[in-house]
Amino acid sequence: MTVSPTLVAHFGLIFVVFNLLVLSAAFMVWMERKVCAYIQDRVGPNRVGAEGWLQPFADVIKLLFKEELRPKAADALLFAIAPVISATAAFAAFSVVPFGTETTLFGLLDEPIPLQVTDVNVAVLVIFAITSMGVYGIVLAGWSSNSKYSLLGGLRSAAQMISYELSYGLALAAVIMLAGSMSLRQIVLDQSGYWWGFIPKWYLFLQPLGFLIYMIAGVAETNRAPFDFPEAEQELVAGYHTEYSSMSFALFFLAEYVNMVTVSAVATSLYLGGWLGPFLPDWLAWVWFIVKVFLLLFFYVWMRWTLPRYRYDQLMEFGWKWLLPAAVVNLLATAGLVVWLG
Amino acid sequence: MTIVAFYVFAAITVVASLLVVGQRNPMYSVMLLIVSFGGLAGLYILLDSPFTAVTQIIIYAGAIMVLFLFVVMLLNVPREEPAPSTVAGMLGPTGLKIGAVLSLLLAAEIVWALSNIGVARFGAEGAAVSSVARIGAVLFTDHAFAFEVTSILILVSMIGAVVLARRES
Amino acid sequence: MVPLNYFLILSGILFAIGTAGVFLRRNLITVLLSIEIMLNAVNLTFVSVGRFRGTVDGQIITFFVMTVAAAEAAVGLALVIALFRHRETLVPDAFTALKW
Repeated sequence: MTVSPTLVAHFGLIFVVFNLLVLSAAFMVWMERKVCAYIQDRVGPNRVGAEGWLQPFADVIKLLFKEELRPKAADALLFAIAPVISATAAFAAFSVVPFGTETTLFGLLDEPIPLQVTDVNVAVLVIFAITSMGVYGIVLAGWSSNSKYSLLGGLRSAAQMISYELSYGLALAAVIMLAGSMSLRQIVLDQSGYWWGFIPKWYLFLQPLGFLIYMIAGVAETNRAPFDFPEAEQELVAGYHTEYSSMSFALFFLAEYVNMVTVSAVATSLYLGGWLGPFLPDWLAWVWFIVKVFLLLFFYVWMRWTLPRYRYDQLMEFGWKWLLPAAVVNLLATAGLVVWLG
Repeated sequence: MTIVAFYVFAAITVVASLLVVGQRNPMYSVMLLIVSFGGLAGLYILLDSPFTAVTQIIIYAGAIMVLFLFVVMLLNVPREEPAPSTVAGMLGPTGLKIGAVLSLLLAAEIVWALSNIGVARFGAEGAAVSSVARIGAVLFTDHAFAFEVTSILILVSMIGAVVLARRES
Repeated sequence: MVPLNYFLILSGILFAIGTAGVFLRRNLITVLLSIEIMLNAVNLTFVSVGRFRGTVDGQIITFFVMTVAAAEAAVGLALVIALFRHRETLVPDAFTALKW
């Protein structure tokens, strides 16, 4: 293998994407604290940096220097490995998400490279597979801590993620049917153009129910309020990460935020036309992508600080008796539509 | 390049599977089996079957193994197995030895048989077919009956599992 | 392209490991896991032969095997839970009575 500029560009892309994900997680922490503060009529962090925007970095430094505690009865190996699995799965899922048009980096490269880490022809399934791996981090953390709160959190998360994964998968399947491809880049390109000259051909308008199901299942998959049962503070202390401290806690924290970014990015690609948008030239298309992703992320935060938590049996009932049938109906209707319109 | 990848994935799969069988903590067994499935998924990619590789991860590692994990956690299965009782106790280590010898014999026999058959009997080597659309087309035409029967199988097993695991009141 | 025999021998070794697990382990869950190893060894054979012949049939049979494995795991684990409730153990030798 020779070192070509294209190869360097690919590695550079991986580096940039990884760091941007970490930074966006940090930004999300700040945004969450600010938004929640304003919702509750407070000011929020405002000491470190202007408007407290350096607060997440201060938090990271604080966590880094904290002592790493491990319960005596914990399973040492699994206890150490669980946060790593969580964080790895969170980052890995982003690798197939496209965030811009093909570029030659202003003529530096001989052939254009797409702005995404890798484009595989089963990308949607890869995302689904990696999401389903994320549950292990939480379940293992819950089991290996050898604490009843952690165990309950882990069990709940396993049941919750399996239940909502089905609706999540069926919502994805409907989009795959419409686009006739599993490559996310292909799906985004399929949404280019306008109806009657002004309504963008996003799948959001063809799949309103699918989008709703995807977002609900996505919130449940990322264990966020109103579905944050694995870590329900009022009942389980902190759920699966009760016993974690220092950097291993930070990894779980990071994984939660990166997962949100990934779910929003995938929703953007599947339903909101990815990087496509008016006004901006091709080489700035990624700005649209970031704008859309952050709108969805704001929605996440908004929901967390507005809605109360469900009861656990309500969560299960909703998942199996309402969301799953709705997803099946959506899939059948989409199939009928695709066959009818050819 | 591919041969190196083959050896890496094969080593991961075999070592993880050996450890699944070889150690006593059921939790570790489940986790190691997931690692082994990861190795197998890599092998499927080498065989130009990305769809099978991904379904391997989704169905086996993502669904079936979570089920196992759930049961291990729910029952809080003892880490060490209790001392052998009755039948195995009577056979003692001899029973275990016979089992080990039998499986070694099986391994030797399979390897011997497979290294002796000519590859030619499978016909000429074909081009890779990895298109998901092609798999779907064949699945829903040639194998439509089997597909429908599978749905009944799943229904039956679902009812069976509910009935079996239900707490009698 | 890696020769077909390599895959077949690998799947033979995996199958033997699975058999050894069924023979040697005295924990119902590990026995079920060993059965999964055996099913996967067979899957590998199907996919590799199918790839070699240039058809998708191998992948389709694998798909069915996975479905059957999922059904088998669900029923098997339900049995394990029911048995554990009665005897508080997972050693197969403890379940010698035909009826309780």
